[in-house]
Formats: sequence, C-alpha cells, structure tokens
Amino acid sequence: MQSRPKSRKGKINWARSQEPDYFANMVKLYRQGKYDADSFRRFRLQHGAYGTRLADDYAMVRVKFPAGEVYPHQLEKLSQLSEQFSIGSAHFSTRENIQLHWVVLEDVSEIFRGLAEVGLTSREACGNSVRNVMCSPLSGVCPNEEFDSTPYALATARFFLRNPMAQNLPRKFKFNFTCCEKHGMVRMVDVGLIPQIRQQDGSAQKGFKIFLGGGLGNRSFVGHQLEEFTPEEDLLYTSIAVVRIFDRLGDRKNLARNRMRYLVNDMGWEKFQNLVLKERAIVRATQSVVTKLNVDDTPNKILRPVKISDESISSISDGYFRWLKGNAFKQKQKDYYSVFITLEAGDITSNQLHMLSELTQDFSSEGVARCGFTQNIALRYVHEDDLPRLYSELLKSGLAKSGSLTMSAPIGCSGTTSCNLALTNSHRLAKEIQRKFLELRLDEDDDLRESSIKISGCPNSCGQHGIATIGFFGGGARLEKDMYPNYMMQLGGRSDGETMLGISSIRVPAKRVISVILKIIELFKQNKKPEDDLKSWIHRVANGIDDSEIKSIEDIKKVLTPLTTPPLKTEDSDFYSDYGSDTSYHTKTGKGECAA
Amino acid sequence: MRRLSQEKIVKTTTDIESLRSEIRDKSVRVIDVRREEDYKKNHIPSAINLPLANLLSDDSPERVVKLVNSMGIDDETSVVVYDDTFGALASRVAWTLEFIGHTDVSLLETTFSTWKSLGLENDNKVPEIQSREHSLKLKPEILATAGYLESAKEKEGVILVDNRERLNFLEQHIPGAISLPYRTLATQDKILRPKEDMRRLLDNRGISRDSEIITYCGSVGTLSGLAYYALKSVGLPNAKLYVRSFKEWKSLSKPTEKQEDANYWDLSAE
Repeated sequence: MQSRPKSRKGKINWARSQEPDYFANMVKLYRQGKYDADSFRRFRLQHGAYGTRLADDYAMVRVKFPAGEVYPHQLEKLSQLSEQFSIGSAHFSTRENIQLHWVVLEDVSEIFRGLAEVGLTSREACGNSVRNVMCSPLSGVCPNEEFDSTPYALATARFFLRNPMAQNLPRKFKFNFTCCEKHGMVRMVDVGLIPQIRQQDGSAQKGFKIFLGGGLGNRSFVGHQLEEFTPEEDLLYTSIAVVRIFDRLGDRKNLARNRMRYLVNDMGWEKFQNLVLKERAIVRATQSVVTKLNVDDTPNKILRPVKISDESISSISDGYFRWLKGNAFKQKQKDYYSVFITLEAGDITSNQLHMLSELTQDFSSEGVARCGFTQNIALRYVHEDDLPRLYSELLKSGLAKSGSLTMSAPIGCSGTTSCNLALTNSHRLAKEIQRKFLELRLDEDDDLRESSIKISGCPNSCGQHGIATIGFFGGGARLEKDMYPNYMMQLGGRSDGETMLGISSIRVPAKRVISVILKIIELFKQNKKPEDDLKSWIHRVANGIDDSEIKSIEDIKKVLTPLTTPPLKTEDSDFYSDYGSDTSYHTKTGKGECAA
Repeated sequence: MRRLSQEKIVKTTTDIESLRSEIRDKSVRVIDVRREEDYKKNHIPSAINLPLANLLSDDSPERVVKLVNSMGIDDETSVVVYDDTFGALASRVAWTLEFIGHTDVSLLETTFSTWKSLGLENDNKVPEIQSREHSLKLKPEILATAGYLESAKEKEGVILVDNRERLNFLEQHIPGAISLPYRTLATQDKILRPKEDMRRLLDNRGISRDSEIITYCGSVGTLSGLAYYALKSVGLPNAKLYVRSFKEWKSLSKPTEKQEDANYWDLSAE
C-alpha cells in the first residue's frame, strides 16, 4: 500500500487568525453583562454562529465553502471538530455550507481556531451580509457550459468577505454562479449568473447573463435578466451597484419583506433595472483606484491519483450499476466522471467526513471536493476505470446510497431538529421519503430522474419547496382539539430555463405525505404520453394544459383528497405525532434569527 | 518560575521519549490496562498487565494496596499507565493509585496504537515482579460520592462537569452539570491537549483555579477520569472524580435533567 499524497491546499485563505480570540472575548463580555443581548446576537451572526432552537447556551456554526470547494485536509478538520465540539455529525446545507450543531457557545471560538488552521471561515455565513457565494458543482465539467465560472465565484466571495460595504445590509444577500441554464439556480437568488461567451469583432469575449431580484421565501419571486450580456469587466461594477442600491433602498424596518426581491417587486423591474445601470455607471466612473476582481483562472492540475492497491474488483454487483446510474455524471472531459454522494437530508457523521477526506485524495484527480445544491457533495475528475473501486470504498463507509442525482434524494431543511421557526420535522420526513424511494427502487426509474422533492418545515423556503416538482412546507392542523403535523403541497416548481414557482394544491398530513407522492406517481404513469417524464407531465398539469384525465391541479386534488382526511386520534394515534417524535404533536416556535 | 515548579509537581503525562529512557534505566513501573489477551500479544517492554476490569471487580482501598504490592510498587516507585482507549482506562487506574496515596503516577501521553504506529519497541515478555509494600494513605479530597455531590453542587464555585458525548448529555444529565465531552480534551495523537490549549478551553468555560470541579461520566469514572487529569494537567488544584458516576446516580433515583425541545439529528440509520 502506497502512502496517500498530501492534501492539496486551496489558493485562498478565508480565515483571519485574530477572529477566534476576539469572539471568545466577546462571549465573556456578553456573559458578564457588559455587552447587550441584541448587539451580541448581531455580532455572533456576523461571525457565523446561529442560536439553537429554544436553547440559548448552544450555537450552530455554519462554515462556508466559497464556490462549494472543500479540500481533503479541511474535511478532516471538520471531522475532528464535529467530534470534539458538536454531536459527532454535521450537516450539509443547500447553499454549500456545512453546519455543526449543538455547540456550546463558549466553544465556538475553539471551532473558529480549528477552521483558521485550514483556511476556512464561518464569517458572514449568517447575518445581514453577503452569504456564501455559490457555484454549480458542475462548473468546469458541464458539457453545456460556455466557460468555467468557478474562478469568478471565488473572486466575488473574496471581494465581499469582510468588505465594509457589506457588513450591515438590510438583510442577507446571495450570489449564485452556475454552469448552464439546466443546472442553474440563478433565477431564485438575489444575483444569479450564467457564464456566456459573445463573439465580437472576431474575438471571443467572456461575460455573464445576470439575473436580479429572485428568491425563495415566505413570498417567492423569479429573478429578471438585467441585460443581454454583461462583459466580465463589468461583473464587479454590477455587483457593487446592486449591493449599493439594496443597502440604500432596502427595507430596514419590516423584517418580513426586506430581502431585495421585495424592493424589486415594489419598485417594478424596469425602474430597478434603470437604477442598476445608472448606479453601475457611477461606480465605474468614481472608483478612485482601479477596483478589479482578483480572478485566478489558472486551471486546477488534473492528476489521477496513484492506485493505492491493485486489488481488482472481482465481481461488480448489481448495486454498482444502480449506483452508477443515479450518482455519476459524465464530464465533458473524456474518461472522467463527477460522482455525487448521497447524504440523508445532508447529514454526515464525523467518521464519514474522515472517509470523504481520504476518498477525495484517492479518487479526485483535481484533489478537491465540491458541494452540490442539494445537501450533497461531489468528487469530480474520477477516472472511469476507478469508479468500481470508488463504489466499493463508499460502501465501506455507508456512503454508497443510490439516487443522488434523482428524485429519490429529497431536500429537507433542518426543521424542528434545530430551527427556531420550524413547525414540522421536515428533515426527518425527507429521510423517510428517501428510504421509501430506495426500497421501491424508484431511483432507477428514468421517468422520475429529473423531478425533485423539496421540503421546508415552515412557509419560509430554506428547503426550497417552491422550485420542487413536488414541494411541501410545514404547518400544524387540528381535528377538534388534537393537533397533527401538516404540509401544504405545491406542484410544478422548477429552477431551470423555464423557472416557475410551484402551485399550491392541497394540504397533506405529515404521515400521509409518502402515500400522496406515490399516488401522484401512479396518476402520472396512467396518464403520461410516451415522451413524458414526471416533470413535463406535472408542468402541464400545473399550468392547466394537460389533455388527459388529469387536466389541472383541481383534478389532482379531487383524487388525493380522500388520502388526506385525518382519522380520529383514537383510531390512529401515530398520525398525531410527527416523524422523529413519539409524543403528540404541538407547535412551538421561538424567535427567528435570519433577520437579526 | 513559581508556576514552572508547580507544574513540575503535578506531572500528569509522561512523554514518549522520557518513558523510553526510564524503561532503559529501569526506573519506572509501566502498567498496561488493556485486556489480558491484548497484553499477551504485545506491549511496551517491561510493562505489567492490570486489566481495568480486574481492578474494578473490587476497588476497595485494601484490595488495591494488595494489587499494588503484587505489582512491585512501593511509595517511591514511579508509575506510568497506558491503554488503547484514548487514555480513559489508564486514567481510572492512575486515579485509583492516587486515591490510596501514591504520589508518583502519570499517564503515557499517547495510546499503545500510536506508540506502535510510530514503530517504537514492543514485545510479549512478562516481567518477573518482586512484591513490595505500599502504605495506605487515603486521599479523600479527590473523590466525590453521590452524597457529597448532592450537597456540593448547590454551592457557589462548584462546577459539575459531564464528560460523556454531547448527545448523551442532551438526553439526560445531573442537574446543573456542564457538558465537556471527553473528545474535547484530546488531540489527534495525544490523550490530552497541549497545556496552553487546555487552559484556554477551560478558561472560556469559566473553569478556573478558584473552582471546585467534580467530573463524572456514564458508569465507572473512565471518561471523567481522563477529565480529572485534564484539569490536573493545567494545575487546577481542586478536582474530584465522581467515580461511580451517572450509573449510580440513576440507580439511586436522584433527579436528572434533559435538554427540553431538543430534536437533534437522528442518525439511527447509520
């Protein structure tokens, strides 16, 4: 057995070594009553530590992976930190962060110290700042993309992190870079960017399609395209202009509607668009020194790791092909695949993080892992010949579940497992659905592959239910005096080139969600046209333009209503408790911190 | 200077090189607390075997003195204890020696696995031992009983520390305890953090020289034994081990507390 190559290191150190001590000191002042609770909360959030559901002495630390990149030594450190200071596990979010929960507030600075050792930070992962800058996990390997936007995402993250202009915005602010229309999430975010190349005067010019003012939440909006083409040298000026307008005009009073999408909606797109273009001209003209994005686009070295051993995979199992189909994405680079690792609603144990660190070194020819948009993680540049061996390694660490790229890997926000605002355990429901789907082998069904299930534990959209083929958000319902966990189901949402928000259809009790989903799949199979998949069929139904028996949401409702009728508590007491709990359901919430 | 000399007195761990030289000089009694079958395969040269289970089968002071005598340890013998369980089992044995009045006992700074992975010497020879006479001078000030704990924990300046994993703590703990999981005390290759790190960690938690600190864990005082030595390693003078720990506390039907409204991550599928 040959020794493992040393972990490659990222080019950018996101940490500041003085921040841990500073944070530790502020916690002391706060505990001594020398720093008031509100100021401390803002400070804590600015540094990436959330409060925990109804438990003041514990924090959740959210660590950013700018552009989704995470290096092996960083994964190893996170494995150690989660074991030392958290609960022996961690959670991948939908925005390329990893979260450590149930951390004693006094230990948060120790986590910061560990993060700084490997160049990571949680700074501005929460609070009213520019949150983690996302990039598609396929940027650089996607066959549809015009160029790799990863260096631009990293440069943008670097520009805004700790930047005075973005420390006290009216509310959080999010950038998403992507590879192409299909794999995007660009219309559902404050600033979304798709790389584009324009031919001008016989030469190719790099630039972006920029979408502004989208976002998911209590009210969701689809973003608008700023202009036909934004050349790369205007990227930074445009970003600064938008942040400045939001800073100046965003609503600082009404917490419920202070994201930029409300400003765009209130003002009207054309007016907002004009404002941005004017502001950009001012920004461009008034920079006292030349302000440029520091884009480092030297390509990552692609070097296939030396085979650790020559043990040949004697028998390739049936499980391997199933896994391959649902988890491996063929890159535009010949012979290489991006392998997506299925996690249950984003959860991973300390030991699995440790394994992931080793697997990244042993199998990714670029030596770095990339977070996905769906609470998952990908190893890219895995050589075709190494796939069976990777599969057998993943099996050993319990990371070989199938269906990462399919409908059978639902998103569930943290829900009542840790969030102050949650009404239902969306997190656990997502896992239950996944287990059922895998049991029924629905991950292998090509008709379902492009569809998605996304679940939020409350009407806010952390679980992104609004862009799911089948989306759910939590609430409580009552039969006489007995409460039960309940979800509103939305159908037909999508975040690609034909982005639309899901249409609200029917309320489904938590314990009936799985049977309702299976019924919808049954209806689809009965009524589909030969070329249909679930996504295209639901798209027509949601838009009321299907010509089969099920023409509209109303028709679906009719069929599903009998499934959603609550039984009496004496008939079925399990119905009245949420997943992950054996006691009767009741709603209980605290103060949210997103807006603090 | 004063501080330095103080730290010398409260030696809690012995580093690898010192132990190797002490073994060469035959100036140390090394105790391996792993199971007998593991010990028989290989161990640090000259080490004798005292499986923790053997000690725990009867850890009355009178019996412990007999055991100690049979291991050739008298009041002056320098003793180093090691295990392969991140120092927790070794800590419980070391603490017991301290409790009967032995003053020169410390923990090997690392585990046997790490020792071996560094390519250091080991063999399977069982040393011949001349029995010696050890006195019995109980040190009750390092022991906490349930009764003592119950009265002490209400007092100002007394800190009760739970060293089990965070999830166990959230589920159930002794009222008023703070959670300091045993993993927090170690680094990747050492059973205890470097002094400076340990001091900062404890200081952040408000654990200071002025506090009386009582540690406990799940059942027999191993994880909390390690915590006892963690506190000692930075010279905190007043630490006690609740040696019968949470298992006894519950069997006595004493009050417990849980973290309300905690639906933590459910990893039952793993």
